[in-house]
Amino acid sequence: MARAAKVLLNVPAIKADFPILHRTMRDKPLTYLDSTATSQKPKQVIDAIVDYYARYNANVHRAIYELGEESTRAFEGARERIAEFLHARSPTEVAFTKSTTESLNLIAYGWGLKGKLKEGDEIVGTVMEHHSNHVPWHFVRDLKGAVLKYVDVDDDGALRMEQYDDLITKRTKVVTVAHVSNVLGTINDVKEIAKRAHEVGAICVVDAAQSVPHMPVDVQDLDCDFLAFSGHKMLGPTGIGVLYGKAKVLEETEPLLGGGEMIREVHLGTAKWNDVPYKFEGGTPNIEGAIGLGAAVDYLSKLGMESVRAHEMDLTAYALERLGKMPGLRMYGPRDARKRGGVVSFTMDKAHPHDIASILDVEGVCIRSGHHCAQPLMDRFNLAATARASFYVYNDVEDVDRLVAALEKVHEVFA
Amino acid sequence: MAHPYALYQAQILEHYKHPKNRGVLEPATHAGSESNPLCGDSISLTLRVDGSDRVEDVRFDGEGCAVSMASASILTEQVKGKTLAEVRALDREAVLKNLGVPLSAVREQCALLSLHVLRRALGEPKGS
Repeated sequence: MARAAKVLLNVPAIKADFPILHRTMRDKPLTYLDSTATSQKPKQVIDAIVDYYARYNANVHRAIYELGEESTRAFEGARERIAEFLHARSPTEVAFTKSTTESLNLIAYGWGLKGKLKEGDEIVGTVMEHHSNHVPWHFVRDLKGAVLKYVDVDDDGALRMEQYDDLITKRTKVVTVAHVSNVLGTINDVKEIAKRAHEVGAICVVDAAQSVPHMPVDVQDLDCDFLAFSGHKMLGPTGIGVLYGKAKVLEETEPLLGGGEMIREVHLGTAKWNDVPYKFEGGTPNIEGAIGLGAAVDYLSKLGMESVRAHEMDLTAYALERLGKMPGLRMYGPRDARKRGGVVSFTMDKAHPHDIASILDVEGVCIRSGHHCAQPLMDRFNLAATARASFYVYNDVEDVDRLVAALEKVHEVFA
Repeated sequence: MAHPYALYQAQILEHYKHPKNRGVLEPATHAGSESNPLCGDSISLTLRVDGSDRVEDVRFDGEGCAVSMASASILTEQVKGKTLAEVRALDREAVLKNLGVPLSAVREQCALLSLHVLRRALGEPKGS
């Protein structure tokens, strides 16, 4: 019998906070193992959103009346708590967007395309990026004549750090990397990569969609210039994302949306931008999203991100051990749970990932199958698709056991 | 309620494990291939149509889940020996009906990939 994970979080109490985890799936317990795609929401987050609409809904920032003051306080209060959560120097380094994707596009367009990049400038990415950290840079290349380069991974899914020696040159202007791979789980040494970028005067852009929800992230310690993540993967609602940027690079970034909120003054034919971060937030913002994300940050802060990380590491170690014993099952990514986040991608000899996911669905187990928006990485491992299970604060060893039991059924059907 | 693994009833599994008409036909008069962007599954079809517009032979090749592979295998059995007019009359309902199990919207795409490829091979628009 495999060792049970050490109790670091009170998972039964956490599960009780998530209304959706009380429902069943075809008379079986709902086993949700797809938090890498989107997390479930605790009642504290749902209540915060309902409370906003029920008690103090008003547009933010310019209302003279008290209701508007209350909504503005809640909206800006969320920004402050997110800044604190990231160890940012100031809340003005935190801009609200709709998603990680929008944040990364804002960097590529607003900083790169409209401002700082010119023909021949080099952008160094990696093969393990999500499509949202590939495609915006394709646009920059196509429109500016910038050059794209990619760091490869080794067969265990670790970045081949030595390749930065050759790929980073005097022409490098951007070095961009996922903090944690959404397929392999690999945790990348962002601090070292940022240092290497800065040595040649380049900026470091971090896709933190899979790290900020799962581990302590200190932007000052990492010393990255930009960092992007989404609310819905960290217990918050969909439609809200964050762009963190050092004050200097945010000042250098041009807004994408012109309109209300983002201006200081407008005259016929001319306009002056508002200060950062407001110049990036044209239009009425996603107020409920920001407030919901603020509540999610409060929830995670109360658990403690060190504990969240330790819990997921133990659960991942347990999953690696149990899945590792299944015949015909192959896992991808680092073997050592200390080097990876709580995501486990795998394939089975005889069953296609879609069929694995279909049979698991019958057992009430939700996992993802496909290319996970990381086709370049799939190409690197010569795969069309993998199955992927991922863990969060509300998962425990029983969820892993149910996953394994369901995978045994897959084995029976396709034997 | 249907069998818990209704999707994986004998017919689909049998065609998945022992596909009919698998491979590449040479020489062929018609060929097409396509992939499902959702999952990266891919199917190619090669057909030989004789002078009287009848499908003399057909093969499929590719990589994919049990639903897409079984559906392709069943489709090749269906079109073999049929006239082009009869083949063109095959629509999505006919293909889904042949699988004999209800499919979710996402899995329907798996089942219909071979029909899209068939239409492409015959030089027709993709829509049903």
